[in-house]
Amino acid sequence: MIARVTVTLKTGILDPQGKAIEGALKSLGVAGVASVRQGKVFDIELDGADRAKTEAALKEAADKLLANTVIENYRVEILG
Amino acid sequence: MKAAVLVFPGINRERDMARTLRLVSGKEPAMVWHAETALPAKTDLVVIPGGFSYGDYLRCGAIAARAPIMDAVQAHAAKGGLVLAVCNGFQIACEAGLLPGVLMRNARLKFICRDLYLRVEHSDSPFTRGYNAGQVVKVPAAHGEGNYTADTDTIVRLEQDGRVLFRYAAPDGTLDPDWNFNGSVNSIAGITNEKGNVLGMMPHPENHVEGAIGATDGRGLFAGLVDTLGKAA
Repeated sequence: MIARVTVTLKTGILDPQGKAIEGALKSLGVAGVASVRQGKVFDIELDGADRAKTEAALKEAADKLLANTVIENYRVEILG
Repeated sequence: MKAAVLVFPGINRERDMARTLRLVSGKEPAMVWHAETALPAKTDLVVIPGGFSYGDYLRCGAIAARAPIMDAVQAHAAKGGLVLAVCNGFQIACEAGLLPGVLMRNARLKFICRDLYLRVEHSDSPFTRGYNAGQVVKVPAAHGEGNYTADTDTIVRLEQDGRVLFRYAAPDGTLDPDWNFNGSVNSIAGITNEKGNVLGMMPHPENHVEGAIGATDGRGLFAGLVDTLGKAA
């Protein structure tokens, strides 16, 4: 099974890297950029075919390591 | 004092720390590899030193915080054992849940490598008993992610309970945003856990302990620990 975990900063957490990217996009003249928040994407291959178990394992992975839930949210998707 | 200095792949300040512990306490600290599962018997101080554990991959300190040795460190802290976590060590301690909050990228996005000034908030702690409340100490800092933040409730609790031991300040001790180099909330440079036995701080007191280097302001922290542990023993 292939899954994707997306980690994003919680609302209200200052994101200086996102701000710098936003500034660079604006200076490049990319039209309509209002704001940028930087996050992380993890593409994970898993053994086994049980969807519920896989989702539970991914949630555990995100809670234990992939995300710092003090400042970050995460989303788990099974891609196929 | 029976100190143990943790060593993770990518850590690079462990020898400075060991040298300082030896110099101030007169005793050789144990160097403990991250893959160990136990601390040496009768360890009374665990030091998590600075550096770039695991190349700062994922988040600073995130992978080291889940290393095998950390269960033993958690148990040591839970029993009231002292833990000093400096720089990357502070990041590791936050990631491990030994301390609340998180260290974000410096607000001005720059790696800071310079001497700076810390105001000692109170001396009623094993870590600050070698100083006076309000004293300003000059110590070096070297970090890119030292911008301390936590949710509002946590900050209020830290402040109310006197758990902020050090703040970034001007040389005269006043708090000034220009001297809060990394943008930390309330100029926080060092905090303790609820019980007061775990200190995390970004600057490096271990690097200012010898006259030949030019400043000895860091020595008070280690002298205070030696004093505390000497009395306990």
